[in-house]
Amino acid sequence: MIATGKAPFTGAFSMSSALTGRLGPWATAIGLALLTLIPVGVVASAMLHPDQAIWDHLWKFVLPELLVNTVWLALGVSMGVTVIGTGMAWLTAACEFPGRRFFSWALLLPLALPAYVTAFVWIGLLDFTGVLPTWLRETWGIMGLPPIRSRGGVILVMVLALYPYVYLTARTAFQGQGRRLLEAAQTLGISRRRAFFKVALPMARPGIVAGLTLALMETLADFGTVAVFNYNTFTTAIYKAWFSMFSLPAASQLATILIFFVLALVLIEQFSRTSRSYATSARGGGGARRLRLTGVHAVIATGCAGLVFLLAFAVPMLQLLAWTRNVIATDLDARYLDFAWYSLLLAGFGAALVVSLALALGYAQRLRPTPPMQFTARLATIGYALPGAVLAVGFYIPVAGLDNLLIDAWREGTGQEIGQIFGGTLAVMLLAYCARFLAVGFGPVETGLARITRTVDEAAQVLGSTGLKRLATIHLPMLRGPLLTAAALAFVDIMKELPITLMTRPFGWDTLATRVFEMTSEGEWERAAMPAVAICLVGLLPVIFLVKHSDART
Amino acid sequence: MKVWKSPLIVALLLLSGQSVQADDVVVYSARNEQLIKPLFDAYTKETGVQVKFVTDKEGPLMARLKAEGKNTPADLFMTVDAGNLWQAAQEQLLKPVNSKLLDANIPSHLRDPGNEWFGLSVRARTLVYNSNRVKAGELTTYEDLANPKWKGRLCLRTAKKVYNQSLVGMMMTEHGEEKTEQIVKGWVANLATDPFPDDTKAMEAVAAGLCDVTVVNTYYFGRLMEKKPNLPLAIFWPNQNLKTKAAGVHVNVSGAGVTRHTRNEAGAVKLLEWLSSEKAQNLYADVNLEYPANPKVKADATVTAWGNFKPNLINVAQAGALQAKAVMLMDRVGYK
Repeated sequence: MIATGKAPFTGAFSMSSALTGRLGPWATAIGLALLTLIPVGVVASAMLHPDQAIWDHLWKFVLPELLVNTVWLALGVSMGVTVIGTGMAWLTAACEFPGRRFFSWALLLPLALPAYVTAFVWIGLLDFTGVLPTWLRETWGIMGLPPIRSRGGVILVMVLALYPYVYLTARTAFQGQGRRLLEAAQTLGISRRRAFFKVALPMARPGIVAGLTLALMETLADFGTVAVFNYNTFTTAIYKAWFSMFSLPAASQLATILIFFVLALVLIEQFSRTSRSYATSARGGGGARRLRLTGVHAVIATGCAGLVFLLAFAVPMLQLLAWTRNVIATDLDARYLDFAWYSLLLAGFGAALVVSLALALGYAQRLRPTPPMQFTARLATIGYALPGAVLAVGFYIPVAGLDNLLIDAWREGTGQEIGQIFGGTLAVMLLAYCARFLAVGFGPVETGLARITRTVDEAAQVLGSTGLKRLATIHLPMLRGPLLTAAALAFVDIMKELPITLMTRPFGWDTLATRVFEMTSEGEWERAAMPAVAICLVGLLPVIFLVKHSDART
Repeated sequence: MKVWKSPLIVALLLLSGQSVQADDVVVYSARNEQLIKPLFDAYTKETGVQVKFVTDKEGPLMARLKAEGKNTPADLFMTVDAGNLWQAAQEQLLKPVNSKLLDANIPSHLRDPGNEWFGLSVRARTLVYNSNRVKAGELTTYEDLANPKWKGRLCLRTAKKVYNQSLVGMMMTEHGEEKTEQIVKGWVANLATDPFPDDTKAMEAVAAGLCDVTVVNTYYFGRLMEKKPNLPLAIFWPNQNLKTKAAGVHVNVSGAGVTRHTRNEAGAVKLLEWLSSEKAQNLYADVNLEYPANPKVKADATVTAWGNFKPNLINVAQAGALQAKAVMLMDRVGYK
């Protein structure tokens, strides 16, 4: 376990030179897979000492409910984010309607709000004691609002929090399709509406699926949001077994089942599309001319986008701002500059590393497009579906083990005491982020690479451009949009990340996200509003940057 | 090529370990930053000793202590709830401390029988009711909330919160598993609505008339009433008229223990002793409207205004030993 603990480092550092070699792609992919598989293996190894009594109990009283709950949640969220994400992406990428410019970036903003904070705000507004039902009850005597703390409620809130993943990846896909494709369809006598369903949508499928996969993995790994709703899923059972019943083996059994479930889903999706090609050479055709919506259509478009923006961002944000106003005088101090700075630093470096490794993995897969390689790439991105705290502990155990080995060896050799070597360093923290968020970077990168035709590679080859040179001069410019997408997603996700940040941060490295944690874990939601708003403000930077740059192309 | 090289180089540059001086005290704390930092600042000011700390949830912190083993930088582990403290002792993460000062400052039912951890503040889990809808004399005990007369009148926080697990664990020590299961089943049958994610939400539901009574930690009540003093809510101290040792309000602790592999035992014990002392106890408890663990120290005026109560004197460590069983019991009766 300890010896292999170093593998990810080797894999990462030797990547640049290894990429061009014959074994390079495999070394890269395996190294990155180990980065995730070692933590997963550490957790899974606890199964070797099964805790029969607890497992029997879970099987009988806990699993039936949570399986049903988890399946419903996964289905509901998948459908919701696909419809809203794709719909909004098509509207802002291919149509013209009042407010399009604003919505094209504003619809990304919910990404910057931690989902559990949004959940708490909505419960505060819509539960029996909330603002709206209280007003309806006391002013109008209306009682019959559907309960927000329900399966429908948790699905709704998670859809509102997670649709931006699909929105972002689908939008990139629609923008990359170019004009010629749709024009070709139209010359064949297909109406624009049918062209959307017959051409644009199928061609965007990898992008949509990439976003959907992220949203689904995040749903399965989520603990905070379902906890606010007291809605029991796999994750809540894992936490219960581990932290309430103190049974790591039972938790590990549950986590392993979850991982296999996710792997199965990913593989099914993969097999269902291996025979198709999604490459497009239409870049030369430029972006599609926008379909100008008028009259009722324009009103509906603006109304829909406005409603999504309102529910997913504006309302929660206004509530957070109102709470912030109550506490800003007592809570805001100079330390917030540090919090914001550390958040920015970690998210910036983390995102750069995640995107670089994702690019390496995507490239390895492109150079060796075989099923085993594709499977390895899937394994490398599985960390995103694991509950954060489980991954954090799984990552920390081998790091601490390595430290112990070194510290003990040093003590024996020199008789001196030294402190931790890897534990509490930024390098470990950033690598742990990669283990968790590689999927976030890989999704967009993989989709982007798939859109570049092989003929481009062949042409480059003929011109003597191979290996890394080809990547730098030919592919990177073509991957600009996907890379920006990947970076923005990773940046915002790391800004919000908690379990890894809490476990691996050096002393004093408190971030905006850990501020939110300090307040919410004692139930002080109003005081958590200010750091949450700050996350949003800092998280806005890459979102705006992203949209400005991706829009410039069309 | 630069794209992926530069961050790695920077990361390498930042691969420097953290510096901990020999006489610094390092604390791993599941008690939140805003509650402990004022204390550590005061300690540094008084003694010149630096206190370094990280906060996290108790589960990951214990996993971390375990993984770091004998080379852990931590000297003191601090957490809320006796169940967690018991678990830390069970996992051999803590070390017995023999200190006359701690023995004198902390009553024996609020510390580990083996002196591996010490309660530093007391949290009472009591009943809060709607003063417009509950008549005097209607409320008596926790157990009575299972009585059908409370049907549709009870709100509870989720069973996933350790406070409720400890409460049920303590009832198990008193009544045994079977009777406790009947009681908790009765609670579930009386619920007006699904359990709430936190105490405050449960109290707001009581205030709004969705239900009439709930079980909460007093500091949540204090915090809520500070913000909305006009809510029709009041505290009731249950189980006061019983004659057994187990009678009394369910209390729990937040506390701390010295880590088994501390490099600075003397410094850690000194900080622990200081935290139990009269001058620190008010700062420790008042910041969160809790009760000081040291009986010589008087609670905050807001807290004393809620009246005196007789606490349950069974050692709080019992709650930890029975926690897993309590969780299973609550699962069985469908308390979510």
